[in-house]
Amino acid sequence: MNLVVHIAWTHIRHRLRQTLVGTLGIATGVGFSIMMASLMVGSQRDFIATLVDTLPHVSIRDEQRHAQRQPAENAYDVAAVSGVRPDENRPGLKNPLALVNALEGWVPGAVATSVTTRAIVRYAGRDLAATVLGIDPRREPRVSSLPKQMRQGTLAALNAVPNGIIIGDGLMNKLGARQGATLALVPATGVPVDARIAGVFHSGVRAVDEGQIYTLTRTAQILAGQTGLINEIRIRLDDAMQSRDVAALVEAQVGYKALSWQEANEDLMSAFMVRNIIMFTVVGAILLVASFGTYNIVSTITHEKTRDIAIMKALGLPRATVRRIFVLEALLIGVFGAVLGCVLGNLMTQALGQVEIKVPFGDATTLPVIYDGMHYLGASLVAMASSLIAGFLPARKAAALHPVDIIRGAT
Amino acid sequence: MAAILAAEGLTRRLSGDLPVTLVDGVDLSIEEGGLVAITGPSGSGKSSLLYLLGLLDAPTAGDVRLAGQRTATLDDEARARLRLTMLGFVFQFHFLLPEFSALENVMLPMRALKAMPETRMRVRAAEILESLGLADHIGKTPDKLSGGQRQRVAIARALANRPKVLLADEPTGNLDSASTAQVLAIFRELVAEHAATIIMVTHDPGLAAAAGRRIHVIDGRLAEPPSG
Repeated sequence: MNLVVHIAWTHIRHRLRQTLVGTLGIATGVGFSIMMASLMVGSQRDFIATLVDTLPHVSIRDEQRHAQRQPAENAYDVAAVSGVRPDENRPGLKNPLALVNALEGWVPGAVATSVTTRAIVRYAGRDLAATVLGIDPRREPRVSSLPKQMRQGTLAALNAVPNGIIIGDGLMNKLGARQGATLALVPATGVPVDARIAGVFHSGVRAVDEGQIYTLTRTAQILAGQTGLINEIRIRLDDAMQSRDVAALVEAQVGYKALSWQEANEDLMSAFMVRNIIMFTVVGAILLVASFGTYNIVSTITHEKTRDIAIMKALGLPRATVRRIFVLEALLIGVFGAVLGCVLGNLMTQALGQVEIKVPFGDATTLPVIYDGMHYLGASLVAMASSLIAGFLPARKAAALHPVDIIRGAT
Repeated sequence: MAAILAAEGLTRRLSGDLPVTLVDGVDLSIEEGGLVAITGPSGSGKSSLLYLLGLLDAPTAGDVRLAGQRTATLDDEARARLRLTMLGFVFQFHFLLPEFSALENVMLPMRALKAMPETRMRVRAAEILESLGLADHIGKTPDKLSGGQRQRVAIARALANRPKVLLADEPTGNLDSASTAQVLAIFRELVAEHAATIIMVTHDPGLAAAAGRRIHVIDGRLAEPPSG
């Protein structure tokens, strides 16, 4: 065995209690870091996955992102006009089928038209507001997970049942209705339309389940009071993470506002970022505290080994060799702690994954945790690096000791 | 005979509010082979002189020539290398590494030098320990050995890399008379059979009298040894 390894290993083996305390300190830090990251990232991914599965990845609306530029603004750089009453245009996307054809040519995913409007759902004397989404049942499976989310009935029932609707289970429960019941949908025009519950869906996002209804496109057009209306094109991409880029390209091409799911949930994404900053700060603090323990232990060993260091240097061991011995001791403690911490973190994550809980933003029955190798690798590397740094300072001090000073003191 | 170790104007001063001169302009030459005793009253600078000759301490002025090589301008690492390859040390306290066996302690300088394979180091370390009467103790840690045995292990460790010069600082200072006699016998045998050069600091008149040459130090300077 190499001399440095032999001496370092012998030191930590003979100081079993100190080694154990240091190892446990690091292991606790690594374990809790892994558990915390598993829970935080797990819940975040679970939420985003549900969100991405429920909402269109990109939604093109019949509105502009910015107010229409006035002729004076186009003619003069210094001109700025505000507060102009906008033109009263007929609602809806112009020539939607041509837009769909154009988008299908290059968008990496599926495209479908729909009509979005608002209505009051009236049943047994109860009025609840809902978003009504008029869809084409044949195209819908390409752009949403509605077929998978069906709890009662099927998507095809929309065609079979006159004025059929597919209602969120939360909304249905609030109304106290059941499948087959006839409701009244009261649009902004005030003329109610009778509709029958042809199916029930459950997306997992409470806001959707308690506030959304699917109908055929023509039913939604009747509710909106405009025949032929198409006011939204929904896009589902092969890779949901490209939504922001695709939305920007679409907007540049078609001129209408194209909203990615990330932009639509900007506040949540910002909250996640803040949450991640907090998480990494806490994880860093845990590992930092653990590294103080390593520093303390290596300092103690160095102090106790002052005579040995002096004699090793007197015998002719180079300064670098002495320094490596104590740095290696710290690193060994870091490695043991990291390995034990990974096991501990995995066990704690498994235990946490068994905890049954109702999260406010979805319908998970157990805490959503993930097992990501990068969490284990990251926490281990940080633990080992902090141990290394913690060990380097006392090791450098040990290597700088002047043997004569120690030998004189001893004699 | 060629000088294995020579001091030229060797001086060591400690700076501070009250500067102290430990060794003051010492010139001496020590030939290869033989037992040399450095004597003198307490605080006279004997150990300081030994540490300077052994390259453990750096002189404020002057130089030490080891086998003809000037050492004053060498850096710490080069001096450490010379200590490892050419010098051996025995101190008043054995300074053995407590967690390691006698064999491992003796192997320590060999492993630092890496001049031979591990198996040969092990054989050589065992041979040295056997030659010093420690054949039955090679696997024991220092806490399982008597004071005399520990000091013999320390001598074995000093001999591990076949040093040109063995330097001993009060090697019998902590030993009873029987162990002192054993150490002296070992030194005599090393000089007689291996032509070793041993320089030892001692307060023991008996040990000093057994040396072939005596260097007396008073107030950091060489002086005539007291008669008798």
